[in-house]
Amino acid sequence: MSEWLIVMGIVCHAVSGVPGLFRRRDSDAGQKLAVVLGLIGSALGIVGAVGSLWQPSVANSVIKIDAISVIFLLPIFLVPALGAIYGLTYWKQAEHIHNGQKLRLFYGLVTAAMAGVTIAANSILFLVAWEIMALSAFFLITTEDEDRTVREVGWIYLVATHTATLCLFALFALLRNVTGSFALVALPDGPGTGIATAIFLLATIGFGLKAGMMPLHVWLPGAHAMAPSHVSALMSGVLIKIGIYGLVRISSLLPHPPLWWGGLLLAAGMISGVLGVAFAIGQHDLKRLLAYHSVENIGIITMGLGLAMVGRSLHRADCVALGLAGALLHVWNHGLFKSVLFLSAGAVIHATHTREIDHLGGLAKAMPRTALCFAIGAVAICGLPPLNGFVSELLIYLGLFRSLGIGHETGWAGAAFGPPALALIGALAVACFVKVFGAVFLGAARSEHARHAREAGANMTAPMLVLVGCCLLIGLAPLLVAPVLERGVSAWSPDLATGAVSLAPLAPLGWISVAGLALIVLLVVAGVALSQRLRHGGTASSGTWDCGYAAPTARMQYTSSSFAQMLVGCFTWVLRPRVHAPSEQPLFSRPTQFRSHVPDIVLDGALRPSFRFGAKITSSFRFLQAGNIHAYLFYIVVFLILLLLWR
Amino acid sequence: MSHIIVHIVLILGLPPLLLGVIGKTKALFAGRVGPPLFQPYYDLAKLFRKGSVFSTTTTWVFRAGPVVGLVTALLAGMLVPLGSHGAPVSFSGDLILFAYLFALGRFFTASAALDTGSAFEGMGAAREVTFSCLAEPALFFGFLVLAKLSGSLSLTVMLDGPFPSGWGVAGASLVLVAASLFIVLLVENSRIPFDDPNTHLELTMIHEVMVLDHSGPALGMIQYGAAVKLFVMGALLMRIVAPFTSGNAWADWGLFVAGMMALAVVIGVVESVMARFRLVFVPTFLVAACLLSGFGIVLLLR
Repeated sequence: MSEWLIVMGIVCHAVSGVPGLFRRRDSDAGQKLAVVLGLIGSALGIVGAVGSLWQPSVANSVIKIDAISVIFLLPIFLVPALGAIYGLTYWKQAEHIHNGQKLRLFYGLVTAAMAGVTIAANSILFLVAWEIMALSAFFLITTEDEDRTVREVGWIYLVATHTATLCLFALFALLRNVTGSFALVALPDGPGTGIATAIFLLATIGFGLKAGMMPLHVWLPGAHAMAPSHVSALMSGVLIKIGIYGLVRISSLLPHPPLWWGGLLLAAGMISGVLGVAFAIGQHDLKRLLAYHSVENIGIITMGLGLAMVGRSLHRADCVALGLAGALLHVWNHGLFKSVLFLSAGAVIHATHTREIDHLGGLAKAMPRTALCFAIGAVAICGLPPLNGFVSELLIYLGLFRSLGIGHETGWAGAAFGPPALALIGALAVACFVKVFGAVFLGAARSEHARHAREAGANMTAPMLVLVGCCLLIGLAPLLVAPVLERGVSAWSPDLATGAVSLAPLAPLGWISVAGLALIVLLVVAGVALSQRLRHGGTASSGTWDCGYAAPTARMQYTSSSFAQMLVGCFTWVLRPRVHAPSEQPLFSRPTQFRSHVPDIVLDGALRPSFRFGAKITSSFRFLQAGNIHAYLFYIVVFLILLLLWR
Repeated sequence: MSHIIVHIVLILGLPPLLLGVIGKTKALFAGRVGPPLFQPYYDLAKLFRKGSVFSTTTTWVFRAGPVVGLVTALLAGMLVPLGSHGAPVSFSGDLILFAYLFALGRFFTASAALDTGSAFEGMGAAREVTFSCLAEPALFFGFLVLAKLSGSLSLTVMLDGPFPSGWGVAGASLVLVAASLFIVLLVENSRIPFDDPNTHLELTMIHEVMVLDHSGPALGMIQYGAAVKLFVMGALLMRIVAPFTSGNAWADWGLFVAGMMALAVVIGVVESVMARFRLVFVPTFLVAACLLSGFGIVLLLR
């Protein structure tokens, strides 16, 4: 029953953009219909997904819905529907008559295809849905294809996603070879670990490319920055998690992972996490910055998954449960708070027409609701209590501590780097989000656009508030989601023979609620006390004191670049910022300029030069293909003669 | 129950005295009489009675900064054991909540600084968050050592000295961790040689420059919160350095207070005999702190 609800939900999403194709380009009716269809689809899908938790998992030759599928299905149905409502104002058909229809067609398709991937029971359906998803995402990224940079970013994405698909073809071919069928079933215990290792590595590269793991993230920052904001929210919040889904699914099929698999994922997660946030700190573009934070959060999720693999190798059920539950919960959490952040960034862009952080400022006064949503999203993404990011990071922390052998005899010393790395990621994220929240929403407006900003409409703020509510709910009552996560863990590692996995004895979920509530109550009490003292003592307002400086201007404020300067300095060895500083000036200096920019080390530092070099080498063979038919006939004859000689 | 009340009273009441002792020690070193021991209390009482001036640039974030800073420090105080008495709230994993509460406080104090739109306070905020990025891993390496030694993930059990396998077995690790935590304590609480709470050279300060625009009760909350933070982190450090028990529960409270006063004297001495480092050297020392406690865990895992 519930699987049919899910399938109907998928169909609703898939066709949601179709009716609009037959409407006039300047009418909003098609868009409204698409939103309604999307909402119906999501309602059906969520009901079906939640319902399927209470019945034995469906498994036939075409679809298979277990707890892991459900965990990924829920954000797939939630975030795009909210994004579609947001799009009613943000990407109004009447204002975008050239690309609105295209956008909605592929928006529905990508949602349906993502859901399709997560319920596929065989590799054929998996690959078909995967390709539809990848190509729809390409058309979504290139929504504004009249822009040259957008097209370029789209091509980079296309190359990356097809490299990933290539890996998946190899992966599923190997899988078919070992298991003898296209069904996604566990490998038999017997075969040599060589093939299993190959499958694992192909999955890491293929799915890692889609998830945006460092250094496979090359397509991600540009694509997230250039797409419309609700599409960025969908891609960052949900789409890249399909890569994680693939990795989770395939790793569940591989029996007895050696220790180095988990170690590899753990190391990749740490690199991705630390460098992702380090690159984010160097960015000036609001959406590019958020995109690098996706790389960071994928790193945290990968660390959790790596920890779960380590736990399986060590036969430590507690590490498996904490690592995988943390990773799966972080999939949800990142889907929620990153969507909030992208949607509120979109509201800012909608109001000010710029993505440049250093041109903004002081928006909290003009856009109080957006500012509040952004602040809550920022606290959540930094993993701070009392919000949801803290819960998933806590689970991963606990697992990492335990995998060292704390309170247990078997352990693995390699995990010792995990907690400090996670702490570093958290502290860097705080630095980065203080920077972006402060530069965009606090202080005084740095440009005319920012000065005249207005609050976004209800269509845009309501979806953000719903997502913020979900963040608060998970942060304050993590016990509510624990049963779902426990089922996910049992579905992932049936070989652990633990029967029912229980998080309650492993993680202080009840205490998190207590601490979160205590924090909120105390904040309210202290806030009331402060306001009472203020009323008692009397308040006055004046300009910022600024150590007595008499004539401050908005341009004297600390910009995001100056805020980040020390940290960028600490990471110069990898960020390699390009700084164009003014040269030495004469006594009475002329107007001058300062620019700094952090390019992507993998894309701009390695891939572009090597591709350029490859193009240079191969272009020297271009004379062979001169367009001369005689020459081509000559090549054929030479080749045939060579073949004859060789035989 | 009565011990929980004592714990809460100490967390609420004692922190400003620590600042008084530090001030008195510094005055003695300088050959001055110095302000009375209870001067910080008088200052706070005065601030809470005063009126305030708010910049027209600021929003609710500016007022949230002091509130969040104080509340997070107080809550963290509920998680840390004072001397041989366990914390009122203790569960497996509370050490992570402990560290992240301070991070939450930092998020809002730094945001409040940026809310004024002043370049000075922006500088302070940038320095604060930058240095914490390096202090945080040092803290967690230290936690790893303690967790590994005690086999527990709750602060109360981790610090339940004398450690079963304590100073005798892992003395080297503990010395390294204590040294590293002392550096973290000085940096996070803006003490000399890393920061100077008394200077008025705005360009060189970290914490004080962030709160330039706060006044009246809000400034009082910030100073009180800072004192609580120093007290809480100091209690953590003192428990590692001096894990003594007297056997009598009430005498243990006296022992704890004496230990905290000794810590304040040590901080005062450090502040008196050292000059403030140049700002560029602060990260170097923090990396050293990370490496110290990193070595600590390597010694345990070898």
